[in-house]
Amino acid sequence: MSLDAATVRRVANLARLRLEDQEVGKLQAELNGILGWIEQLQQVDTDGVEPMAGGSPGGAALRWRGDAVTDGGQAAKVLANAPDRAGDWFAVPKVVE
Amino acid sequence: MMRPTDLTIAQALDALDRREVSAVELATAFLDAIERLNPRLNAYITVTAEQALETAKASDARRAKGEAGKLDGIPLGIKDLFCTEGTRTTAGSNILDGFVPPYESTVSANLKRDGAVFLGKLNLDEFAMGSSNQTSAFGPVENPWSRANDPAKRLVPGGSSGGSAAAVAARLAMGATATDTGGSIRQPAAFCGIAGIKPTYGRCSRWGIVAFASSLDQAGPVARTVEDNAILLASMAGFDPRDSTSADLPVPDFRAAVGRGVKGLRIGVPEEYRIPGMAPEIEALWQQGLDWLRAEGAEIVPISLPHTKYALPTYYVVAPAEASSNLARYDGVRYGLREDGRDLKDLYERTRARGFGAEVRRRVMIGTYVLSAGYYDAYYLKAQKVRALIRRDFEQAWEKVDAIVTPATPSAAFAMDEKQDDPVTMYLNDVFTVTANLAGLPGLAVPAGLDAQGLPLGLQVIGRAFDEETVFAVGGAIERAAGFAAKPGIMA
Repeated sequence: MSLDAATVRRVANLARLRLEDQEVGKLQAELNGILGWIEQLQQVDTDGVEPMAGGSPGGAALRWRGDAVTDGGQAAKVLANAPDRAGDWFAVPKVVE
Repeated sequence: MMRPTDLTIAQALDALDRREVSAVELATAFLDAIERLNPRLNAYITVTAEQALETAKASDARRAKGEAGKLDGIPLGIKDLFCTEGTRTTAGSNILDGFVPPYESTVSANLKRDGAVFLGKLNLDEFAMGSSNQTSAFGPVENPWSRANDPAKRLVPGGSSGGSAAAVAARLAMGATATDTGGSIRQPAAFCGIAGIKPTYGRCSRWGIVAFASSLDQAGPVARTVEDNAILLASMAGFDPRDSTSADLPVPDFRAAVGRGVKGLRIGVPEEYRIPGMAPEIEALWQQGLDWLRAEGAEIVPISLPHTKYALPTYYVVAPAEASSNLARYDGVRYGLREDGRDLKDLYERTRARGFGAEVRRRVMIGTYVLSAGYYDAYYLKAQKVRALIRRDFEQAWEKVDAIVTPATPSAAFAMDEKQDDPVTMYLNDVFTVTANLAGLPGLAVPAGLDAQGLPLGLQVIGRAFDEETVFAVGGAIERAAGFAAKPGIMA
């Protein structure tokens, strides 16, 4: 599978990465180089193999925790790094006209 | 008495106990070394001198009262991927511009609990994505070693924990924290002539470490000796309810395991790690390592890990997929860099384009693509299945052997202007290390020799899940046999 320029733009849009026109060609070539190399995975017979999700070497399921409030009431800390804020909220450009 | 910067952690703890040196003297010696050499090596992004001296003073007071912790007064560097309360944390990226964490990562908190003194935050590849420390937004780190026939050629320290490895090798820290997603502890340790261990997935809490690929990321130490690694890992490891993948298991006495010996152990040698084009010196060192272990009473057993050649392409689907998801949080709204836009989407896109470097953008793009509708099965699900086969290869090997020994890297440290032709050339650095991440297993890099140019080469020991003790035993035996005593050209 090889990516065309339109697909590169579509993926950049999904990833919310602004892409200038002059960047598309180089990125397209790099991504196709990487994907072409990854293509060798198709040679492996994986029929009937359960996919390994997560990193646990024994395949252990994740532990559940109690459904209880353990933290909170820290608005000042949560907002301390905000690039822009209004009162106790993060501020962003107007979303709804 | 040795110079303070030459002491190992084990020696420093003894010297502190005997009052031959104080924590303040240790911190001062390392801060002086940093001031002198960091402008050249660029191993530290942030130096916390004042804080280091204050905590060293408090450490000396604790020791005077007989209340010293396991690591009290030991000066360490912290990879700048660990959140440190009140100290800027960058992940080597512009997108975290100005970010000061209001909390401490579990691993660094555990080290603080035991009395460690933090000298500062260490340079790394951006978001730990790289094998040369050249993707850092804060500039490359220089390897303190150089080639005998071309000493002016600047070499990379490896990556992503390049600042950690270079700082420890140059005696700008006694030990350091690092992280390893595909080889980011073991490859830089090998390139810089020091030891480093990636423990079993789940051994160290990931809480408070900036996430790259969550099913592969593990924290671990780098230090000059195997024993120092064992000492540091004992403090860093342990169950943490805040990380749902943290293993609820007791932390063994790693330090005791280092001297245990290898008599009767079966050591596996995977045929598939004999890759075409491998440097003859590395092949010879590998054989030497096996001979050493045999002489100490181990049995050498040829094994097969048939899916090895698919490990790197598997990794380059799984890791970017998880990264694209993890890095979605950097949107210019809650912390870090913001680039203003005409609307919210434009703000996201401009912030991310400006804040992420080229390698991070490439991986986010690959990850987004392999997870996107129509490609998920062909790439992501396929890679997860091959990953299961790689894990199965190891499970079958453990029926025959107790540990596996391989080279740590396919070459010695390369120069800053090499391997820049295309991204895949750089990715091949992790060919021997990435399998342990995919299978979740512990892997230790230990310096074992020098190449013809006087550059360090390392061997890797891989062990069963949660059997770091055997890994330390084998690593300790290799270290004693190798007697690695060479020192880098740039050193405090």
